[in-house]
Amino acid sequence: MAELSFEDALNRLEEIANILEQGSQSLDETLKLFEEGNKLFVFCEEKLDKAENKLHILTKDNNNFKLEPERDE
Amino acid sequence: MPLINFMDLFDQLERENIYTVSEINLEIKELLETTIPALWVQGEISNFTHHSSGHMYFSLKDINSQINCVMWKNRNIALNFSPTDGMKVNVYGAIRVYEKRGTYQIDIYKMMPSGIGDLQIAFEQLKAQLNAEGLFDSQYKKSLPQFPVNVGIVTSSTGAAIRDIKNVINRRFPAVKLILRPATVQGEGAAGDIARAIEEFNEYKDVDVLIVGRGGGSLEDLWAFNEEVVARAIFQSDIPVVSAVGHEIDFTISDFVADLRAPTPSAAAELVVPDMNEINNILNSLYSICKKSTLDSVMTYREQIKNIRTSYGFRRPLDYVNQFRQRLDELSHLNSLAAMHKISIEKQRLQQLHHRLTDLSPDSVLNRGYSIVRRLSDKELIKNAGQLNMNDDIFLQFYKGSAESRITKIDKN
Repeated sequence: MAELSFEDALNRLEEIANILEQGSQSLDETLKLFEEGNKLFVFCEEKLDKAENKLHILTKDNNNFKLEPERDE
Repeated sequence: MPLINFMDLFDQLERENIYTVSEINLEIKELLETTIPALWVQGEISNFTHHSSGHMYFSLKDINSQINCVMWKNRNIALNFSPTDGMKVNVYGAIRVYEKRGTYQIDIYKMMPSGIGDLQIAFEQLKAQLNAEGLFDSQYKKSLPQFPVNVGIVTSSTGAAIRDIKNVINRRFPAVKLILRPATVQGEGAAGDIARAIEEFNEYKDVDVLIVGRGGGSLEDLWAFNEEVVARAIFQSDIPVVSAVGHEIDFTISDFVADLRAPTPSAAAELVVPDMNEINNILNSLYSICKKSTLDSVMTYREQIKNIRTSYGFRRPLDYVNQFRQRLDELSHLNSLAAMHKISIEKQRLQQLHHRLTDLSPDSVLNRGYSIVRRLSDKELIKNAGQLNMNDDIFLQFYKGSAESRITKIDKN
């Protein structure tokens, strides 16, 4: 299964925040939603922290693509 | 006055060639038209006339001199600029001599504005053509992804553009992957290379948005981004393309076709990724809402439970039970009262019936003076006189006691 995208995670977190704000859930559901929201928050934070920094170079050799990080000069 | 020496005149004629006007003009025509090939001439337009026939007539001049020009209708209709007096132009044509009038002029094949030359014309022509085809239409423009994971770049591997893009993205949103497909951005073959780079990214596929561009330069330097092959590659791209060519004020054809135009490569980098700080703030605020809402809900439930536990009923459970007991008694008492009331009513009814019954009993009838008569012999109950015969013995029952008697007279009425 494809990993959750940052965008989907953020959207779901927003959805959960809206539901919880309404407060019409049962206690059980409230706690479940909060747990899910917490997981999503941590997931998003981790994604943001991942700094790529290196530029990658794309080259095509015959019919194959090659992706290489830029070598420092 | 000396007489004209006709003999001297005839001698003169034999020795020197005297041209007629037509002859000399023809000589000049041959000389000019065969010696001078078609050539480029630069000058300023004056006395310009666009004749109703469609032909254009004007003079081309510089500070010292001028020369007549004509551009026939079938040649000037392809022009995509309007020549005017004062305009500096380059014309390509051949010298033509008109013997009849003894004049010569440049017969123009091609004409274009001076300085920028072919480039400007070509730009306007291609722009008009692609626009007519619909390549610039907003309906074809794709929106950019809000959170790209992979950003593709088509530009020179050296130069300011790639450096600027890297810097901006690393500052603004470092959590994206930058992929450069290096390309020649000016000179021979640049347009083809840029187009190929865009196509390769579309083949590679794993890219969410493309930045295509270069740093500032002259019109010639930027020219590749005005070429048709680049425009078409941008249009065909399934990946959204942001054009980022040159300085703020430059507009290339790539800018018109792209899904979004950025005035510089740095600006393109800003457009393509969100601001990390802003996203962080949003995340934190969403998390706060979740936390606060959850706490509020839990507190509300706690309150509810507390209220139930501390309510009057829960504080005096025994009292509660007793209340129930009392209630039960009250109910059963009410029940008996009701039952008794019903019984007495029934009793009354019974008594009434009894009275009625007793009133109708034989004893009460006898008590009122009636007697029961039977024939003594067969005990037959006598209800009418017709049952009796003369000298029958009868038995009489009174309320109290009885008697016997003999029939002496019968009246059957």
